[in-house]
Amino acid sequence: MELLVCIKQVPDTSEIKLDPETNNLIRTGLPSIVNPFDMHALEAALVVKDAHSDSHITVISMGPPQAEDALRECLALGADDAVLITDRAFGGADTLATSYTIASAIRHVQTKQGKPFDMIFCGKQAIDGDTAQVGPQIAEELGIPNVTYVCDIKLDTNEAGKPVTVVTREHDLGYEVVQATLPVLVTATLALNEPRVPTLWQSIYAKRYAIEHITVNDMEVDKERLGLGGSPTRVRKVYQPPLRAKVVMMDGSVADMATQVVNMARTVKGGATHE
Amino acid sequence: MGIDTRERFDVIVVGGGPAGAAAAYRLAQAGVKVLLLERGQYSGAKNMMGGRIYTHSLEALIPDFRERAPLERQVMKERISIAENGHMTTVEYVQSEVPQNEESYVVLRSKFDKWLAQEAEKQGALLICNVQVTELLVHQSSVNAKPQVIGVRCDDDEVYADLVIVAEGANTLLLEQAGLCAAPDPHALAVGVKETYKLAKSALEDRCGLMPDQGMAWLTLGDLTAGLMGGGFVYTNKDSVSVGLVVGLDKIGSVETTVEDMLLKFQAYPAVAQLLKGAQLKEHSAHLVPEGGYHSMPRLGGPGYVVVGDAARMCMNLGYTIRGMDLAIGSGMLAADAYLAAMGEGDSSKTASHYRHMVHHSWLGKDLELYRHFPSFLGGTDRIFQVYPQFVNDIMKDVFTINDAGATPIMGKLLHRVEQVGMKELMIDALKGVRAL
Repeated sequence: MELLVCIKQVPDTSEIKLDPETNNLIRTGLPSIVNPFDMHALEAALVVKDAHSDSHITVISMGPPQAEDALRECLALGADDAVLITDRAFGGADTLATSYTIASAIRHVQTKQGKPFDMIFCGKQAIDGDTAQVGPQIAEELGIPNVTYVCDIKLDTNEAGKPVTVVTREHDLGYEVVQATLPVLVTATLALNEPRVPTLWQSIYAKRYAIEHITVNDMEVDKERLGLGGSPTRVRKVYQPPLRAKVVMMDGSVADMATQVVNMARTVKGGATHE
Repeated sequence: MGIDTRERFDVIVVGGGPAGAAAAYRLAQAGVKVLLLERGQYSGAKNMMGGRIYTHSLEALIPDFRERAPLERQVMKERISIAENGHMTTVEYVQSEVPQNEESYVVLRSKFDKWLAQEAEKQGALLICNVQVTELLVHQSSVNAKPQVIGVRCDDDEVYADLVIVAEGANTLLLEQAGLCAAPDPHALAVGVKETYKLAKSALEDRCGLMPDQGMAWLTLGDLTAGLMGGGFVYTNKDSVSVGLVVGLDKIGSVETTVEDMLLKFQAYPAVAQLLKGAQLKEHSAHLVPEGGYHSMPRLGGPGYVVVGDAARMCMNLGYTIRGMDLAIGSGMLAADAYLAAMGEGDSSKTASHYRHMVHHSWLGKDLELYRHFPSFLGGTDRIFQVYPQFVNDIMKDVFTINDAGATPIMGKLLHRVEQVGMKELMIDALKGVRAL
């Protein structure tokens, strides 16, 4: 099976620092990691490969050249090939332009290898943007089925003897089991699996691997749909919600404190004033 | 591209700290095919040392390190304090000029080790991070033959080499598991704890009385370690301060005080508290520290392997100065030189004997041997940590106290204090200490 995993390099939000003066996010020097949900997507592909040893896993990412580090991490875990979509022309893209670009690159890779991908794995969302849009939009652009928020994947054959996947989706109120024909795109949740750790020989392979770059000139694309120009949405402003008013610690007996709370409630700006 | 699991290396270095990286650097520089394995995300990711490096051996390895290495501050100010019950007697020494080969710097190991490993990589070493070596592969041709290290295992993957340089650090799990060294004696180990506090550059320099970019190393012994061997340390980074303490492990169960309480007690001393006032706590960490020195060193090598750095317990604590990184880099370089010399003779199996010989005949072995009695003096003389801190502060109190009870001659006061601790014991301890140095 031809398997593809789409990953994104994101700032490690567990190490996020705020500027003490301006309260802005300090982005410089922030370590980069593979988006954690994407690690589960990769693991799902590796599980398929474990069961179908003739499978081949390609990892693809769009980003600046330093996103190679994220791709190498995936190679160290067991991916066979890695491709980076990188060009200044792709900069400033919103989710629509991003998914168009990635889908175009996927078509380019498929043509080159002469085989379509049977399964495409994405994380359910990236921890920096949290949109959860790029995965489904890639499927939309490629015209293949997609199943989001996947927490279990099984491979099977349908009545006609064609390969299908039976996946379980996470819902607020329960689970939904969906059967889809291949090719299919799935987006992974944390519950899907437990990512493995890198092995030595695979890490050596990853270190020495020459990652192919796909630029705007390599693909057949509508340039109007790329980058900032191809993005119908704009992020106007990023800011921290203003801090809530100062916390006051009260002491005294329960009755005293209850009275204090009632008095405070009465003096709250715009609050009720009746007795 | 396929994976060739039969690929061999000339040398495998286990551990990407200063000892391992220095060995890999030197070997790669000489064109040796070397694999440098580090279990952290990057070298230094798991390190918590204070810390100070005396740079003479680094300079021998990388002469222009001053322009390239991530150095925090050059140590120009030394402070030694003796603390007891809120009293503190401090000796401070400020240098104006330091010859190049006597320099020392405060470094943050997460930056420094990462840099040194990358330098080794630039020389051509294959640096693989995020992979843990789980076993030294040992081959024994017959029952009576000496076991030979032939490679390493990382979970299911094996890799082979002519030589394995063990630079696994203070926790010698691989060596112990392979039966190549005994489990460390608790007497020879201490626990180190460290906190890093963010402090504006100018505030730090003002509070420590430092010129711009100059640094301070400050060691304190006294009641903060509850009578156990050990002491506190303060090192100045660029815009943060590392504050911590090291305390001997062997009797740690015999005191009520926790290590955390010891650190709090140290930080409550006014001189330390004022330094940290308003500073923001950024990190805390703890690790094993080898303290045994020369006598605790394991066999430095055998068929197929050599041991360098902390794994070889190459660490010197003289109370007033603490060395580890310079010995680590020095031993890594010697291990590389020993391999190159052996290969020059066309026989890599001579590496271990060359290495042992080189260590014992270099400054490294001589320094370790010279101070070989000091760890047992420190560990065996409880009075240093239980009696003398008060003795020193009492004398200071006598010297500087004026009241209306009538003055006593200084000599009389001094003799009184000496009688309190015992003239004979004091003389014996002093002699023992001086002789151990």
